[in-house]
Amino acid sequence: MPGFSLTLGFSLTYLSLLVLIPLAGLLLRSAGLGLTGFWHVLSAPRVLAALRLSFGGALAAAAINAVFGSLVAWSFVRYRFPGKQLLQAMVDLPFALPTAVAGIALTAIYAPNGWLGAPLAKLGIQLAYHPAGVVLAMTFIGLPFVVRTLEPVLEEAEKQLEEAAATLGATRWRTVTRIILPAILPALLTGVALAFARGVGEYGSVIFIAGNIPNVSEIAPLLIMIRLEEFDYAGATAVASAMLIISFTLLLAINLLQAWRRRRGT
Amino acid sequence: MDEPADMQTPFVPLVQTNAAIGEPRAVRLLLIGTTVLFLGVFLLLPLAAVFAQALSGGVRAYFAALADPDAWSSIKLTLLTAAMAVPLNTAFGVAAAWAIAKFRFRGKELLITLIDLPFSVSPVIAGLVYILIFGARGWLGPWASAHGLRIIFAAPGIVLATVFVTFPFVARQLIPLMQAQGTDEEYAALTLGARGWSTFWHVTLPNIRWGLLYGVLLCNARAMGEFGAVSVVSGHIRGQTNTMPLQVEILYNDYQFVAAFAVASLLALLAFVTLGLKSLLEWRHGNELAAVRGH
Repeated sequence: MPGFSLTLGFSLTYLSLLVLIPLAGLLLRSAGLGLTGFWHVLSAPRVLAALRLSFGGALAAAAINAVFGSLVAWSFVRYRFPGKQLLQAMVDLPFALPTAVAGIALTAIYAPNGWLGAPLAKLGIQLAYHPAGVVLAMTFIGLPFVVRTLEPVLEEAEKQLEEAAATLGATRWRTVTRIILPAILPALLTGVALAFARGVGEYGSVIFIAGNIPNVSEIAPLLIMIRLEEFDYAGATAVASAMLIISFTLLLAINLLQAWRRRRGT
Repeated sequence: MDEPADMQTPFVPLVQTNAAIGEPRAVRLLLIGTTVLFLGVFLLLPLAAVFAQALSGGVRAYFAALADPDAWSSIKLTLLTAAMAVPLNTAFGVAAAWAIAKFRFRGKELLITLIDLPFSVSPVIAGLVYILIFGARGWLGPWASAHGLRIIFAAPGIVLATVFVTFPFVARQLIPLMQAQGTDEEYAALTLGARGWSTFWHVTLPNIRWGLLYGVLLCNARAMGEFGAVSVVSGHIRGQTNTMPLQVEILYNDYQFVAAFAVASLLALLAFVTLGLKSLLEWRHGNELAAVRGH
């Protein structure tokens, strides 16, 4: 088979020049700060609050998606209902819709004078310009990951096992929690981890609805942006490196999860 | 896209008829109701909001907003960026998939992981890394400005940042597809005397064309819609370095809501077309894409 050195050489060069060397450059820059300099930047209350919001918000959004994403995937695979094909096609909207568009659309809906924001405000619930808005935007952006990872696994799930459980007298609830849930768990965790990873780094859809109040509703990527605009390269680099290191750890976890899935054959 | 419910796509399983493993009617209705409500609020409502806001000042205001010269220059820059970034990443995706799927070598799994890396990097960081290299205080910044090259706060930086965030799209669609297809057909062609390139054009490419198109489609949607990474390197010079998503942000922050949503509505249409074509590909060529699903 021809072309090995050509294609591999090109791939490695392109990957190195555009991704690996720039990322290594970032880590190198922050290494230049030294451990104390690095810690000095990260331990500032505003930085800690931003990191906590990005990771905490993404975790909350991933948890919401775990519940509703499973429910949606289940309805798609097991039931027929009018409008299903439209909704199935629309699930990928958060992938296809530019994040800035999603951001201003969500803000228009949930702002205190918006379609849903106004009735919610009457009930005393504020979502926009509040940390809850951050979670809302991250939920939007992460939704397809859980649904798309679960759908094929649910489709392939062996119904005979469910039938056997039912024949042996298990209630439907018991079958769902003891047979189906364990079978789809690795896929569910993978989908949730992917949604979480996406939420952590998310910028465009969040900044419009968040209100961006320092220490309250300011996400870490926005703080990097602000530091850059202040020409505080060291600050921007340190926050970015911290995010990068945590994200790579996550990526490793996702890969291990997928290896686990392959071993279990789901 | 909205076909009658009785039209079965290859992915929709047969109707559940077995009462023993079904749920009671009330539970079923509750689950379906929650699904429709959740997706309606989370997906359909934002889309409806974009068009409602864009047209809230009337059709005339909508088209006036789109005819604005700054809006036009942002459309041109977005098209130019996608026209550079998508072919580059497509060439990379095909080359990487060829090397990974057709050959055995050490470190293959690591290479696949590294290709996926940009997906787990925040877009803002994707922009930042190029500032650190080509910015005024970057490693190559002084060299670039000495040679009259403008990279940051100019179109090349925007293309670089876009390439970074859309890097894995084509490769990750093609790698599992080409791995599943194996090397038999290529070997047959080579045995019959075909050269490497003609084997690729006449044997491999027809086999992967739908997967390739699928990857290009997603890559293009992201390239045209990227916001965070581009925002870092663009410098926001009106009429010069604003892509469509950046134009949306600027108009929105200027309280020109009708204009912001008008430009946004074009991007929403792009998303709509992307989803439509994607569904069409899955429906018509689902079997050929089968290896891709689940990844």
